[in-house]
Amino acid sequence: MSIAIDREKCTACGLCRQVCPGSLLYSDGQGKTFIKYPKDCWGCTSCVKECHFKAIKYFLGADMGGKGSTLYTKEEGNLMHWIIVDFEGKEKIITIDKSKANAY
Amino acid sequence: MNLETKTLKTDVLIIGGGTSGCFAAITIAESSKAKVIIAEKSNIKRSGCLAAGVNALNAYIVKGQTPETYLEYVRNDSEGLIREDLVYTMSQRLNSVTRKIESLGLVIQKDESGEYVSRGVRNIKINGENIKPILAEAVEKTPQITVLNRINIIDYIIKDNKAIGAYGFSIDENIFYVIYSKAVICATGGAAGLYRPNNPGYSRHKMWYCPFNTGAGYAMGIRAGAEMTTFEMRFIALRCKDTIAPTGTIAQGVKAPQVNSSGEEYEKSYGANKTFMRMYSTVEENKRGKGPCFLKTSGISKEEEEELFKAYLNMAPAQTLMWVEKGMGPSQENVEIEGTEPYIVGGHTGSGYWVDTKRSTTIEGLYAAGDVAGGSPQKYVTGCFAEGEIAALSTLDYIKGRENVDVDNNEIISKLNEVENFLNEEAVIYSVEDIEDGMQKIMDQYAGGISQGYAYSQGKLKVARERIDELLELSKGLKAQDMHELMLIFEVVDRLFVCKILIKHLEERKETRWRSFQENIDYPQKDDANFLRFINSRYEKGQIRIILRNLVRRDDIYEHRH
Repeated sequence: MSIAIDREKCTACGLCRQVCPGSLLYSDGQGKTFIKYPKDCWGCTSCVKECHFKAIKYFLGADMGGKGSTLYTKEEGNLMHWIIVDFEGKEKIITIDKSKANAY
Repeated sequence: MNLETKTLKTDVLIIGGGTSGCFAAITIAESSKAKVIIAEKSNIKRSGCLAAGVNALNAYIVKGQTPETYLEYVRNDSEGLIREDLVYTMSQRLNSVTRKIESLGLVIQKDESGEYVSRGVRNIKINGENIKPILAEAVEKTPQITVLNRINIIDYIIKDNKAIGAYGFSIDENIFYVIYSKAVICATGGAAGLYRPNNPGYSRHKMWYCPFNTGAGYAMGIRAGAEMTTFEMRFIALRCKDTIAPTGTIAQGVKAPQVNSSGEEYEKSYGANKTFMRMYSTVEENKRGKGPCFLKTSGISKEEEEELFKAYLNMAPAQTLMWVEKGMGPSQENVEIEGTEPYIVGGHTGSGYWVDTKRSTTIEGLYAAGDVAGGSPQKYVTGCFAEGEIAALSTLDYIKGRENVDVDNNEIISKLNEVENFLNEEAVIYSVEDIEDGMQKIMDQYAGGISQGYAYSQGKLKVARERIDELLELSKGLKAQDMHELMLIFEVVDRLFVCKILIKHLEERKETRWRSFQENIDYPQKDDANFLRFINSRYEKGQIRIILRNLVRRDDIYEHRH
């Protein structure tokens, strides 16, 4: 379970580094983020939600049955879009209204 | 490497800015003018158990229920071994703290008459993805509270048997902290990473409990000689296979029963519906060749499936990703379930500091709340808020008329030396990871981990005890190149201390009270005559002293005899 960071998209804002509950993210010297301890990622997606530039994508480790799909989020007012992209590039978007409780 | 020493002073030091810690800080600020420092290992915005969110509040007194019925539920679920005074005083506050978190911004579903919508007998429906940022924002806008993010606290400062602050270090800068306070609230959370986890390789941290909760609060208390209780009541969560995502959302949400590979509902054949029995029955079915076990979801509607996708994104996004990636959701395929590795976590079971009714530990000036406080299982999120509130109010009573006290400079220097000794670039044979692997393997094989179906014998515990002691010795030679690595050293040492005490507690409970959670092969039956009492311990001069304590009733006010 871990994240992949796209160096091209990373704007070096540093917000993700502040929120990681394991303090696993560090600056690479040019201010861009890299994950220093990938095996220590809990998979909470805090950093994914913090990134406004779609630079951080979350995936399942192969040892958990991951098949290369990635997950990122986009916030729009009260809406949180969760975008899952499979290895062929096919997207599924699940939108959650943050002002409403879960059904379950 | 040499560290610069920075000294701070405050009224109340709260160690850990998670569920209980943040709530305690808010309570202090709203009830007094006292100054608070929260020392947090990462950043309070997403630190601790609530990082990814939570999908329901599981401790709430819904219409028709009372604090008495909640107490009854906890007593029954824990086979009678609870501190009724603690569970009851917590239960009485569950609804007021819920209103408080709603007022801070948490979305809770209400019906037409304004009542919270229940999800079960004790649960209410929320949107809890952002519960931690909500708490953090409330803390950060309060000027009385100073948040020190990315500070790892390592030990209490004790003078004349009183807690007068704590030592720590920055994980970014070469700074050693001496923080003085009139009282300390320990709210660090429990301990994960003691046993070999479900996914031992690349995804080793894809676990139920927060992997960054490494038992620091317990270990600091153990080293300071505080009395600890019920470490032998481990918590093992029944989870979705591989993702280790919650099962309750499915079980309660779409009323999915547990079935074995033949599709038989097996839970009832094992007797009472208790948390540990849901776990035990699944282990047993597998042992009898009837596994794998599942939550029977196939056949649920597409709408129900979509709602499950959303519910999981709000707390355990791996599960939704797994379903979507597989192209096979729960409506088409049952969800396989498995037990996690054991954790020590006082918010779910009874492990932690032995506290009085006011949540004071046996060390004067030191209070405990949430997963570190023992005797009071089934706290969940709201119970941790309630306990944070009680500890905060007790602390305010305690600090009245008190001044900050300093410790002797020699003591500071000796602590600083202890820390600096690890910061050394010299090449050594063993790394933190080696010690961690060793610890998790020993605990798994000799202290009832996953590979042993959670069972252990006295003979195996003896091996575990000796091997953990060896690792504790080895850990003294660990070296760190930077401050982050230094934190990793302290995290593994803390877990070894927790293991040491846990093993002793497992050895002392010569019965089996909670199947799977505490399963002693040599003593397979429950023995109320001898063991319906607390097993407590104190670590003194390198030895563990066991103390047996009797139950405390609902309306008793329990006080320590110093």
